[in-house]
Amino acid sequence: MGVATVDAAIAISGLVKTFGPTRALDQLDLEVGTGEVHGFLGPNGAGKTTTIRVLLGLIRPDAGRAVLLGGDPWRDAVALHRRLAYVPGDVNLWPKLTGGEIIDLFGRLRGDLDRARRDKLVERFELDPTKKARTYSKGNRQKVALVAALASPAELLILDEPTSGLDPLMEAIFRDCIREVRAEGRTVLLSSHILAEVEALCDRVSIIRAGRTVESGTLAELRHLTRTNITVETVKEPVGLAELPGVHGPHTDGNRAQFDVDTDQIEGVLRHLTELGVRSLVSHPPTLEELFLRHYGDVLAEEREAATAAARSPGAGAGG
Amino acid sequence: MTDLTGTWALVRAILRRDRFRIVLWTAALAGLVVLTAASVKGLFPTQADLDEAAAQEAGSPASIVFNGPVQGLDTLGGQVAFQLGSFGLVVVGLMSLLMTTRNTRAEEESGRLELVRATVVGRHAPSTAALLVVGLMNVLVGAVVALGLIGYDLPTTGSVVFGASFTVLGLMFAGVALVAAQITENNRVAGGISGAVLGLAFTLRAAGDVGDGTLSWFSPIGLVQKARPYAGERWWPLLLGLALAGGLVVVAGVLAAHRDIGAGLVPSRPGPPEADRLLSGPFGLALRLQRGSLLAWATGVFLLGAAYGSVANDIEEYVRDNQQLQDWIARTGGASLLDSYYATTLLTLSLIVAGFGLQAALRLRGEETADRLEPVLATPVSRWRWMASHLTMSVAGSMAVLAAGGLGTGLMVALVTDDIGQVPRLLAASLAYAPAVWVLVGIAVTLYGLAPRIALAAWATLAFCFVVGMLGPLLDLPAWLVDVSPFQRIPEVPAADLRLAPLVVLTAIAAGLTWAGVAGFRHRDVG
Repeated sequence: MGVATVDAAIAISGLVKTFGPTRALDQLDLEVGTGEVHGFLGPNGAGKTTTIRVLLGLIRPDAGRAVLLGGDPWRDAVALHRRLAYVPGDVNLWPKLTGGEIIDLFGRLRGDLDRARRDKLVERFELDPTKKARTYSKGNRQKVALVAALASPAELLILDEPTSGLDPLMEAIFRDCIREVRAEGRTVLLSSHILAEVEALCDRVSIIRAGRTVESGTLAELRHLTRTNITVETVKEPVGLAELPGVHGPHTDGNRAQFDVDTDQIEGVLRHLTELGVRSLVSHPPTLEELFLRHYGDVLAEEREAATAAARSPGAGAGG
Repeated sequence: MTDLTGTWALVRAILRRDRFRIVLWTAALAGLVVLTAASVKGLFPTQADLDEAAAQEAGSPASIVFNGPVQGLDTLGGQVAFQLGSFGLVVVGLMSLLMTTRNTRAEEESGRLELVRATVVGRHAPSTAALLVVGLMNVLVGAVVALGLIGYDLPTTGSVVFGASFTVLGLMFAGVALVAAQITENNRVAGGISGAVLGLAFTLRAAGDVGDGTLSWFSPIGLVQKARPYAGERWWPLLLGLALAGGLVVVAGVLAAHRDIGAGLVPSRPGPPEADRLLSGPFGLALRLQRGSLLAWATGVFLLGAAYGSVANDIEEYVRDNQQLQDWIARTGGASLLDSYYATTLLTLSLIVAGFGLQAALRLRGEETADRLEPVLATPVSRWRWMASHLTMSVAGSMAVLAAGGLGTGLMVALVTDDIGQVPRLLAASLAYAPAVWVLVGIAVTLYGLAPRIALAAWATLAFCFVVGMLGPLLDLPAWLVDVSPFQRIPEVPAADLRLAPLVVLTAIAAGLTWAGVAGFRHRDVG
C-alpha cells in the first residue's frame, strides 16, 4: 500500500488471485529494490510461485497492482522478458533435447546467448551437455535451468527455489554466482526454503504466508522482532528470571540457566544477570530459521486455537 | 509368484483412473455393431436384396479393400461382418494399443511407475494389471457384440465367433503394444510402432482379400476373419490368434526382464552439446519436437496410399471384363468406378491425416500440462508466436502428410496401370481434402484457448467424422447429421468436379475457429 519507489525492480501492492474457492494471494505486498538480492520465503502453498507467475505475465491477478521493471507484467510481457531470466520451481525439459541444446535454445529465445559465458557455467556446474534431458537426474535438470538463466546478462533474475536437488558443492557454486550477479548491480528475486542460503545471500527478505506478506525488511531488522537464546552460569542462584520483561521459558539447573529473551529487552536482563554475578555466558543470535519457525509456529498455534473455538460455536463462520 | 504381488490393487487403480475411457470405448464399439446390424436389416429386407448385394460386392475389389473378405455375403450375418468387419477390428486394435501403452510405457516415462514399484509391488505386476484391464475390455466388447447380434436374431454360433474375433484381435494388439513398450523409452514411439503394425495388418489383409487370400493369413485382422463368422465358422484361427497374443506377452516379459526401469532396449545416445542453427526460436523448437512424428505419419500414410493404389489394376480389369457395368456407367454419365475408388481412398487417408493434425495441434496442451510452456513464455516469446509455431506444424504438416498419401497412391497407380498422369492428378486431388482437416484442427484450437481442460475432446469430432465417412450410408444417418462433418462437404475429387466454394468456406471456418482459440489463449491464465 506504500507507493512504489521509482527505482524498485518489483513493486506489488494488494495483489489478489483466487483459483476457484482457494485464495492463493490475499492482499500481497512485495517490494524489491534495484540491485538487491531479495529473499522470498514462505511455507509450501503460501503463494510464492503464484506471485512469480503474476510477475511473468502468465496469470492475471484479480485485484491489486504489480509493476515489474517499470512495466505492466501482463501487458508488456514480451518487452519485459527481454530484461529478465527465470528458473522455474519445477524444472521440466524436453526429453529428446540435450542439456546443451536446451541452454542454447533459451539463450536464443531471450536473444542474449553468450557462448563464452555459457561454456564457463557448464564447466563450473560440471554439467554434461550431451545427455538427453530424459536421462538427467533432478539435480542435473536443475543445473540446466540454472546455467540457462545465469548465462544471461539480464538485469533481473527470478529464481523459484533454484537449488532444490543440488548437492552442497553445487550449492556453493550457485552462491558464488549470485554474489557475482549482485556485484554487477543486477537484481535477484530468490524464492527459497533453504534459510541458510537466504541468510548468506540476501540483502532483504519478505516472508509470506497464506497469500499475505507477514514480514519484510533487512535481516537485521527482522532479528529485532525475535529472541536471543542465552545460556548463563551465575555465582548466585539465578532467581527472578521469569518475572523479567521479555524473558521466555527460563529453565534453571543449579546455578545454570537457559532462556530466550526478546532482543529489544536484552539490556534489562543483562543488568539483572550482572547483579547475580556472571561466571560464563553464551548467547546465540536468532537465525532466520528460528525466526521462520517461531513466526509460523505462533501463527499456526493461533490458528489451531481459532479453529477449535470455531468448532465449539457452530455458525460462527470462517475467520479471516 | 512374488513377481505379481500387488497386481490386484493395481488393477483396481487402473479401473478407477480409466473408468470413463473403459465405458466410452466399450459402449462406442458395442453401439457401432448394434447400429450396423439394425441398418443392415433395414437395407436388405428380402433374400433377393441380399443376393443382389452379395453379387455386387463379391465383384468389387474396391469394396473388398475397405470391408473384408468375401464370405457369407448372402446372409444377414455375413453382411454385418462384411460391412463392419475390418473397420470395427481396426478400432478394437486401436483401443487395445492405446490403453496398453497408456498404462505401461506412459506410466514408466512419467516416473510414476518408479513410485509404484518402490512399494510392495512385483516386477511384472504393473504390466500384468494393464493387460488384465485391457483383456477385460476386449472380453466385454466381444460379449456385448455377440449378445447384441444374437438379440437381432442372427445365428448364435456366428455371433459368438464374430464377437470372439473382436476379443482375440484386441488381445493380439495389447501384446504388440506391450512388446513395443519394452523396445523404446518413449511412449509416443511405442504407440507409433504399434499403430504401424495395425496399419500393416489392415494393408496385408486388404491385399490378401483382393487376391487369393494367402496374404491375409499373415495379418492379425485377416487371421481372425478366417474364423468365417456366419459362413461356416471355425474356431482354430481364433485359437491361433490367442496363441500369438500369448506369445507376444511372453516376449514382452522376457524383454522386460532384460532391461532397467525407465530404459528401453534401444539405449538413448548422447546428443549434440550445442544447439544447431535451426533450434533458435519457437518455430525451430516446434519443428524439432514434431519432425519425428511428422516423418512417421508421412511415411505411414504414403505406404497406405500405395497399398490402396496397388489395387487399381484389379478394378480396371474388372470393369473392362464387364460390359454391363460399362454400359451402366456410360448411361448414368457417372464417374468411373476407378475414380470413385480413388475418392474413397483419399477420403479415408484424409480422415487418418486429421489424426496427425489433431495430435500436432494438441501439442499446445501437452506442452502446457507438462510445465514446459512456462519457461518459454518467460522469454520474449509472445503467446501468439508460440501458438503459431505449433499450429504451423499442424496446418502445414497435415497438408504435407496428405500430399504424401496422394503421392503414394498416385505413384502406385501409375506403376500398375502405366498411367503416369495419375501422379499429379491424385496428388492435386489429395490436397483438396486439407480444409476439412483444418476445420478439426480449428476445433481443437478453440477448445484449447477457451476450455483447455476439455481440449482432448477434439478427438471425439474425429471419431464422429470417421463413423459418418466410413459407415454413413450404411447407418442411414439423417442428412443434416452427415452434413455436419466437414469431410462430407469436400467435393469427391477425382470422381466429382472440383468446386472451390466449399473449400473456401471450410478454410474460412477453420480460420475463424483458430482465431477464437488464439484470442481465448491470449486472455487466459497459463498452467
